[in-house]
Amino acid sequence: MKLSKAVKRAVGSYQKDKDMLIQILLDLQSMFGWLPQEVLMEVSEQLEVPITQVYQIASYYKAFSLMPRGRHIVKVCLGTACQVRGSPRLLDTIAAMLGMKPHETSKNMRFTLETVNCLGCCAMGPVVVVDSMYHSKPSTPALRKIFETAK
Amino acid sequence: MGNQRISSVKELEKLRKEILSKRDPGKSVVTVCTGTACQTYGSLEVYGKLVDEIRKQGLEGVVVEAKATGCHGFCEQGPVVVIFPQEICYVKVKLKDVPEIVSATLAQGRVIERLLYKDPVTGQRIAKDPDIPLYKNQMRIVFGNNRYINPREIDDYIALGGYSALSKSLFQMTPKQVLEEIKKSNLRGRGGGGFPTGIKWETTRNAPGEPKYAIVNCDEGDPGAYMDRSLMEGNPHGVLEGLIIGAYAIRSHEGFIYVRQEYPIASENTIQAIKQAEEYGFLGESILGSGFDFKVTIHRGAGAFVSGESSALMSAIEGKVGEPKMKYIHTAVSGIKERPSCLNNVETWANVPLIINKGAEWLSSIGTDGSKGTKIFSLVGKVNNTGLVEVPMGMTLRQLIYDIGGGIPQGKKFKAVQTGGPSGGVIPEQYLDTPIDFDELTRLGSMMGSGGTVVMDEDTCMVDTARYFISFCCEESCGKCIPCREGLRMLREILTDICEGKGQEGDIEAIEDIAKVMQDASLCALGTTAANPALTTLKYFRDEYQAHIKEKRCPAKACKALTSYYIDPEKCTACMICFKNCPTEAIHGGKGIIHWIEQEKCIKCNTCFEVCPPRFSAVRRISGEPLPPPPAPETKVIRDKKR
Repeated sequence: MKLSKAVKRAVGSYQKDKDMLIQILLDLQSMFGWLPQEVLMEVSEQLEVPITQVYQIASYYKAFSLMPRGRHIVKVCLGTACQVRGSPRLLDTIAAMLGMKPHETSKNMRFTLETVNCLGCCAMGPVVVVDSMYHSKPSTPALRKIFETAK
Repeated sequence: MGNQRISSVKELEKLRKEILSKRDPGKSVVTVCTGTACQTYGSLEVYGKLVDEIRKQGLEGVVVEAKATGCHGFCEQGPVVVIFPQEICYVKVKLKDVPEIVSATLAQGRVIERLLYKDPVTGQRIAKDPDIPLYKNQMRIVFGNNRYINPREIDDYIALGGYSALSKSLFQMTPKQVLEEIKKSNLRGRGGGGFPTGIKWETTRNAPGEPKYAIVNCDEGDPGAYMDRSLMEGNPHGVLEGLIIGAYAIRSHEGFIYVRQEYPIASENTIQAIKQAEEYGFLGESILGSGFDFKVTIHRGAGAFVSGESSALMSAIEGKVGEPKMKYIHTAVSGIKERPSCLNNVETWANVPLIINKGAEWLSSIGTDGSKGTKIFSLVGKVNNTGLVEVPMGMTLRQLIYDIGGGIPQGKKFKAVQTGGPSGGVIPEQYLDTPIDFDELTRLGSMMGSGGTVVMDEDTCMVDTARYFISFCCEESCGKCIPCREGLRMLREILTDICEGKGQEGDIEAIEDIAKVMQDASLCALGTTAANPALTTLKYFRDEYQAHIKEKRCPAKACKALTSYYIDPEKCTACMICFKNCPTEAIHGGKGIIHWIEQEKCIKCNTCFEVCPPRFSAVRRISGEPLPPPPAPETKVIRDKKR
């Protein structure tokens, strides 16, 4: 019930305009944190767009996740400026600390480790974003602290 | 504010006078940069505290206001606070500095030495921001207004003469005259291609079919480039005014602003700007009472690099998958819903009001023969002054990197500068005196691109750089055409092998062959240019490729598979710093016991190398030669014995 209402509101806020499919999915993604199958089917039905098209969009763009994500999202920037300043090594460090590979979610749903291609704050590189908090050049002890406080 | 719809030029000028009359130029205005970088350093808190403190210290009469502005460009030194009219610039401002800023500088006009920028070369403190080397050598005609404007207040833009170019266009010029003015200025597209803007406009204007669309491309996907974000975030009305003028010239009544998903503040500020412009009557029906109608919708991207390509972006606006189309016919003729669609980059649009106000001759008096005006660059990577800089076309790369950027940090050696993002290439030292110009950079095998300028020093491996860009494009390729999809995958495999010490004879030739096919046969510009980083690194740094392939050695000591970390027992003072910082506990030893690295546990994260104090420099990177054994196996050497 709740789910279909949420979809209805999202679809309604764009006057059921089919051109707005991406915008609608973006809103739903930020609401749920990911796009469950039921949401996609509901969108297809309410917007009267074939499910194949909805799925095509949801699987093509990086902003959408078809898998549930962890409570805390750790994003390591791999843009060129961060790359030059050692972000791949930082990613390795973080992956080793969290005991998981990039693009994985921990089994207890605590962390999802993601990479991004440039957040546009290159002066601070290498940058790690944990739950929308930006961290510039974090040291290993600083990272330990950040991850410990994220329950 | 924002309650009246302006319906004539007279009313606009009356409003401008009203706004200006409330502002006393003699009184202080204190601005805080709240671009994304400064926000991360806590500039919003600094701003909040400033507002509180001004009230607390009873300075309302002395200080007109504290203003949260968009990005000033000096991102390395955030949070940046500038006090007008004196233009005193404070950098790296902390919360605890705020009361003193208010009591000393704002109340008494006294400058606080320790908050001033210190020139790393001369060691001198610099008080005024026009005197800071980063700013001094710039020409900030497009980007400069950012520091005077609260991007969420349309009145700030109007106070600076905003929307006067629009009123001039609508009432003193015909659409044709506006178009001719832009053509005459020789403005070229700032998004990368450098296509003449006026000619693009003319194509859309003359193309059959209604409605016509005008679009702002703020899908700034090039890693290392963020000037469009800062403009869209910091001065959205400047871009919007350009768009409306362009729409008038090409006879479009509907427009879109496409903003990249990774830029939430840019989206918010744009939405707010559109709303305010609608309320004031700069958008909507009969703009300023002229009879010209235009409406704008914002479209957020969903994360796909290729969506910055014009036909892909237009598909995304239609709500479809953002794949490029074969451009037998240009999007300027057949774009959104197969209607004529004129798409320009954020920076291009932001140039338009300036050209209308100051004239085509003014713009074409700046720059080189082929490239007119200025360009905003994001100067990033291994350079002292990181940030956004706007310079006249024709400035040399050396001036950009050394005079403005302050050179390479920590006395390292310059190796190359990468321009043009994943479609561009690297430019080595011998070409540093090349003037920055669309055609000159292309001649070197790179390109201007959107303006990302990533400086690389001796620690950057050129093969790894090529691998990085190729694998970036490999992930971002939409997969529609085979040369791009499969070519990139093959290039990635070869380059990864070389970086991992598995390179073979013939690899270099294979890279060149594949690149050629991709250049000739790919569907869109992503594919035709994707091999550029590999080709330019090969052209200028072939020896590095050969060292990897033949000697299994990475000259920059950056490729993990070819590099090992070693603590020199002669130099190690057992200070415990690397020991504590190692994320995998690969470093053994202890207090007073010389440290050594257990190679099996080492993930080569470079942390120990970075944290080892320079006066010891005990951590060494070794590539292409055998690793010395750890100190006195099993029994660890006690440091005191050495003394």
